[in-house]
Parts: sequence; structure tokens; C-alpha cells
Amino acid sequence: MTIQAAELPRTGKSRSMTLPSARRLLLWTGLAVLLAWVLVPIYFVALGAFGGRLGVFRWPKTIWPADLSLAAMTQFLGIEGVFNALVNSLIAAGLTVVFSILLGAPAGYALARYTFPGQNAYRLLVLLTRAFPLAILALPLTVSFIRFGLYDTPFGVSLIHTVLALPFAALVTQSLFMGIPREYEEAAWVFGCTRFQAFMKVVLPLALPGLAATAIFAFVISWNEVFAASILTVRERTLTAYLLRILSESPLHYRFAGGFILIIPSVLFIFAVRRYLFAVWGIASK
Amino acid sequence: MPARTSWIPYALIAPSVIFLGALFLVPLVQTIWLSFSAGDGFSLGNYQRMASDLNFSLAVRNTFLLTLVVVPLQVVLALAMATMVTKLDKGRDLVLWVLTIPLGISDLAAGLAWLALLQNTGYLNSALYALGLIQGPVGWLSQETPWALFFAIVLAELWRATAIVLVILIAGLQLIPKEFSEAAEIFGAKPWTRFTRITLPLLKPSLQSALILRTVLAFEVFAVVYALGGRNFPVLAGEAYVWQNDNQNYGVAAAYAVLIMAISLAATAVYLRALRTRPEQLP
Repeated sequence: MTIQAAELPRTGKSRSMTLPSARRLLLWTGLAVLLAWVLVPIYFVALGAFGGRLGVFRWPKTIWPADLSLAAMTQFLGIEGVFNALVNSLIAAGLTVVFSILLGAPAGYALARYTFPGQNAYRLLVLLTRAFPLAILALPLTVSFIRFGLYDTPFGVSLIHTVLALPFAALVTQSLFMGIPREYEEAAWVFGCTRFQAFMKVVLPLALPGLAATAIFAFVISWNEVFAASILTVRERTLTAYLLRILSESPLHYRFAGGFILIIPSVLFIFAVRRYLFAVWGIASK
Repeated sequence: MPARTSWIPYALIAPSVIFLGALFLVPLVQTIWLSFSAGDGFSLGNYQRMASDLNFSLAVRNTFLLTLVVVPLQVVLALAMATMVTKLDKGRDLVLWVLTIPLGISDLAAGLAWLALLQNTGYLNSALYALGLIQGPVGWLSQETPWALFFAIVLAELWRATAIVLVILIAGLQLIPKEFSEAAEIFGAKPWTRFTRITLPLLKPSLQSALILRTVLAFEVFAVVYALGGRNFPVLAGEAYVWQNDNQNYGVAAAYAVLIMAISLAATAVYLRALRTRPEQLP
């Protein structure tokens, strides 16, 4: 009440006195619905993952957790191929991070620090990838991957995932480096550093948090990708490819366990990069 | 002081150019070439086989239907979310974090999460049973209930991919100067007028990139559909997968890929034209 009374002379409108609390109630109701909309399916798939066979077929269900156990999850991880798929997913995602940073960051640095003929053509190439359904390009790669021995390896999968993550990495690192004043580097040159030393000692430490966020995005892009990973693997499947393959024949609680394992890193990662999310997407969506 | 042109920038971009050339441009050309070569020389055989397949017209219809329903709904939902979030001062970060969680969730996992809700003995049926609306478990995701299955896929897609639209729109909203809206308020513009006359036009570049990104992704929708309905609901990318992996016919799979790419490019071109922003309209 005191706050409203204090605001009264400033706004001078009687309408603004009564509306805010009603509006705020409406706002928070709406937000509560939206938060539930996001969280409830995750909660239910978690119940399915830890409920085991009994839990999945219980009828009618209660929304409260009942007889949860780790047994269902350990059973799932014990199935032949699941652990291997998990490892393959981690390898592919790790390699995607390495490749997209190693290839993307230098390009981002070049775009940020230099003006050179052909720069717009390069930007166009990067943006062009946006207009194509990239995962589909895995289809013709099967043949050449078999020829080069890349087929059915996490390494091969990571190559196509890098195509997905690289344009993103280049654009984000570009703006990252643009945010670091050129003068810092020039000062290091004055003190006798080579260009490379100046970059390693001055620019890199400043860019590190942003680079870490870019790396996490690359990881998530690879971890989540289904289509290309399924096309390019047979025995050394990634977790997504494995789950897709067993969809039709595996019992429901195994599918939920797999879905839950897929979701966990995403939730943690989005939490880790939440400060960078909007900056990154503001840039990447231009 | 712009740096003098030297070999350095070229050396820096060269690795990524070579990489994108080898793994983006080459497969792109390969796909097109593969789709036109059945037997010997140029032929439309693959396309004829694709078009005469039983599932083809269904897949085209379903993919378009999904895109036309999901993408506009996502934009509206994301706009509503963004407007609500910008009104918050307390708890804003937490709310944003929760709302953006689906951003990192795989389409396959999203399909499985909704499967937990919608399966025969799932939570939706339990709720309906508790309300006395159904007598026992009911199947929603089978071939006999195509519209319920369609609706389930729409829900899962809305759940999973609205977050990306939200993030792009919020990033765009942050670029709009507050003064414009405040000025309009002083001249007596109602909230709705301010939204349609100021926020929306200034948000056009962000809307454009969100729409392009989402539409391209919507045309390659695949894993959500498979997780919920298997092959009960054919879509274009799913058919490409089946021709490649199950039928081992790379030519027809390539024809599907070219079709998906052509549709995506056409959609991108439409958005670029329809939502053009002249430089003088930028804030």
C-alpha cells in the first residue's frame, strides 16, 4: 500500500493504482502455467525412467513418485550397446567441440580484426549453411565415408556435426573478439610480443568464458543430433542413433530411461551458459 | 586503424573454408547429382519412384501441415513469453532459465518425454480417467487416431522448439530503445497499440531470422515424430531415412533430400522478401 501511495503523485493517474496488483496476479499465473508446461514433461519422463516396468504399466497413475529405484536405470545402462553408445556420443560431441573451436575461432578472429577482400563471400558461405537442412547432407556422405574408413566411427559423425556447429562458432567468436579492444594487443606488440604471443597472453584469457560458452553449445548440438548420427553409424552408434534404432522394439521404460539420460546434460548446460544465451543468440541470429 | 591487408586473415579462414567446402558444398552437389542419376546418365527415375511411393503424398501433406501449424504458434507463444518475461523484475533469471531448458533438449528426447505423458497408460489418460471421461486406457498415438497423433506431435514440437524463438526474440527486444515505447505512452497509446505499432515492426529482423531458422528445421522434423508415432505419421525426412537405411536406395533418399532443400530454400527466400527491412527503418 505504501508503495502505491508513494507512486501516486508521480503518475497522477488513478488507474495505475488499482491495476498493477491484478495485473501482477495475471502475469504470475501465466508464468506459472508456462513454467509447468516446460517442467512437467521432464518430470514425467524422469518418473518413467526410474519407475521400471511396473511403473510404466501402473494404471491409473498418480502424479507422485511411487516405488522409484535406481534399478531400472542401471538395468538400462547394463543392456549391451547402451554404455558403448553413451561413450560414442561423448567422443563425437567432444571432437565436435574441438573441431568447431579450432576451425571457427581463427575465422572469427580474422573477421573481427581484419578487413580483407573476400570477407563478404566468406560471410555468405557461413550464412548459406543456415538456409539448408544440414543433417540431410549426411545422406550422400555415406558412400565417401565408407571409402575413407570414416563410416561408423564417432570421428565421422563429429565431422558432420562440426558442419552444424562451425558457422555458429565463427559468428559468435567474431563478436567475442570484437568486444576485446585491439589496443590491448597492440600494447603487447609494443612490449615485444609476437602476434601469436599477444593473442595467447592477452586476448585468449579475456575470451575464455565466451569460448567456453561456444564450446558448450557445440557439445549440445552434437549430443542432440539424431538424423546424421543415425545415417552414418551401424554398430558404433551414438546414444541418439541407438535410441532411434531400438524405438520400435524396446520396452517403454527403457525408452524413458534413454530420454532422461539425453535430457540431463542439456539442462545442466543451459544452466551453465544462461548468462551467454542471449548475447550468443543475438549475434548468431543476425 | 584498420589492419593492412595481408596473408594472415586468409590463413585464418582457410581451414574453415576447406572444411565447409569438403563437408558442406561437396555433399550438397553430390546429393543433387545422386538424385538425378538412376542407372546410366541423367534421369528422373529417382523422382518418379519417390512420387509414386504410397507414403509420398502423405509425407508431403504431413510435413507442410506440421510446419504451417507449429511455426506460427511458436512465434505467438514466444512473443507472449517474451512480453511476460520483460515485465518481470524479480526472479527473471530463474524464469528465463526454465523457459529456455528445452533449447538444449534433443528432438528425440522431447518426443520421449511426451510419450511418457501420452502413452496408453500415461498421465493424460490417468487424468482423463480420474475425471471420469474415459473408462480405461485409450490409445492416442496409433494409425486409427491420426488427428490425436498429429496434435501430440504439435504439442511436443511446441514444447521443444519454442525456446529458440524466445531467445532470438528476447535478444531482439533488448535492442529496441525504451524511449520509443515511453514516447508513445505519453501520447496516449494503449499497450496493444504500442505492441503492434512499435515493438513488432522493430522486431522484424529478429522475427525474420527466427522464422527462417524454425521453418528450415520444421521441414526436417523427424525424431519427434518417430518417438511418438513410429511410421504412423510419415514425414519427408523420415521417408529419406527409411529409403537410405532400410531400403538401401540412396538415389530415392537423395531425391527426398533435394526436395527438402528446395522447400527450405523457397521458404527462406519468401521470408527474406516478405520481412525485408530497409536500413532507414532500423532503430
